Amino acid sequence: MSVSEMFINLQGVLTVDQDIREDIRKVVQTLEQTAREILTVLQGVHQGSGFQDIPKKCQKAREHFGTVRTQLASLKIKFPADQYYRFHEHWRFVLQRLVFLAAFVVYLETETLVTREAVTEILGIEAERERGFHLDIEDYLSGVLTLASELSRLAVNSVTAGDYSRPLRISAFINELDSGFRLLNLKNDSLRKRYDGLKYDVKKIEEVVYDLSIRGLNKEATDGAGGEK
Amino acid sequence: MAKADVTGGFRKRKHDHFPHGHRREDKDSINSSSAVIMAFKSFQLELDTRHDKYERLVKLSRDITIESKRTIFLLHRITSAPSGEEILIESEAKLDVVRQKIKQVAQELMGEDMNQFHRAISPGLQEYVEAVSFQYFIKTRTLISLEEINKQLIFAAEDKEEEETKLPASDCLSKQSLTWSLKVTPVDYLLGVADLTGELMRMCINSVGNGDIDTPFELSQFLRQIYDGFSYIGNTGPYEVSKKLYTLKQSLAKVENACYTLKVRGSEIPKHMLADVFSTKTEIIEQEDGLS
Repeated sequence: MSVSEMFINLQGVLTVDQDIREDIRKVVQTLEQTAREILTVLQGVHQGSGFQDIPKKCQKAREHFGTVRTQLASLKIKFPADQYYRFHEHWRFVLQRLVFLAAFVVYLETETLVTREAVTEILGIEAERERGFHLDIEDYLSGVLTLASELSRLAVNSVTAGDYSRPLRISAFINELDSGFRLLNLKNDSLRKRYDGLKYDVKKIEEVVYDLSIRGLNKEATDGAGGEK
Repeated sequence: MAKADVTGGFRKRKHDHFPHGHRREDKDSINSSSAVIMAFKSFQLELDTRHDKYERLVKLSRDITIESKRTIFLLHRITSAPSGEEILIESEAKLDVVRQKIKQVAQELMGEDMNQFHRAISPGLQEYVEAVSFQYFIKTRTLISLEEINKQLIFAAEDKEEEETKLPASDCLSKQSLTWSLKVTPVDYLLGVADLTGELMRMCINSVGNGDIDTPFELSQFLRQIYDGFSYIGNTGPYEVSKKLYTLKQSLAKVENACYTLKVRGSEIPKHMLADVFSTKTEIIEQEDGLS
């Protein structure tokens, strides 16, 4: 094989690679659009009036996840199944976003942390790498960290809306999450940076809880336990 | 609780039935056996395993780089060595050592997605491509193909026992399969070849210095072919490839200028001055006479 033939072959390989990336980018764009739509729906819970509508909003968000599933299904056939990590960077961000959205929905519904398996179910992807298009653990954890900052915001807005018991529950939830993350030996990578932000969320919620306690508002919340959920 | 199962949340352990007034205390005494904590314990294990593997690969990659660089230095000595054959044999032995390292990499990557750890091993592989293509060029005066390189990176498990004692980490892997192979990616190959041109440039200047007149012309011919190849790929390739194009151009220019000087000055400059231009050896002039 002559040198020029070799380079023509290599060029062919590179072109194929670029075409795949182009295809992936297109699907990822549609995914990002859907993710934004879900976020818009869920942002409503921060409104004072939105607290009663939470189940309805979750329902609506779950409908959107149907679209996400079809979009992810079309994403996974865009590249050879065994080369997930070759193109990982393309969907990494949007997948973290979707994990956050799914985790937010599940939290709003049940006030529990979504499991990795459950997220993959909501998104219609695999839980294990061996089985195909899966959710990378770091992406899952990143999504969960986004949930933490969203909840710290929700705690603040709950108080504004007059719901004094929710912040207490969020506080317990975030604290458990924090001790979970403390168990991890993170490398100095993007996940680590995201994790470093968690302490500010914890602090924020602690301040809210403190404000409530010092004024005895938490008592009020627990006495009138009807305000819960 | 039933709802939690449907939606797949972690089962709530204590918050469910916890008296509301005690929530504040809850924070200080997080149940270490709660579902969330249990899950994070498994994440810890998973992340640690992954990071450890990554670090081992980085280490191997570094070893591969060092050994490959040494092979390249050894091969450069061929321009001044009395017996090229000896150096080729020695370099082959060195490359075998490198390939053993690559075998370890292949074993680490068994059953994994190579792309996940690509960044750990990419530098080593590029250096290996550089070394192996340099040796191949010296032997055959042609460019080694990607297929040829990958063919050498299929390892059989003949010395399985020995391997297992040497690499306890690969125990379970050897049972799974009898061969390991590693594929150099086209981009790593291209980057390795781009680095090769730098070595060829050095070799060209060295051989002029040692009175070898044919090699520079062969080298410039060969380099031009590679340069044409890279120009063909141009900016369509990844960023790293286009970045090397500039260095490649400079190397080519140096070699072309050297050839030019050999040609022009070789015929015009008096013999003793030509000798000053390149080296003090006399053979250079005799050969140059025949050439021009």
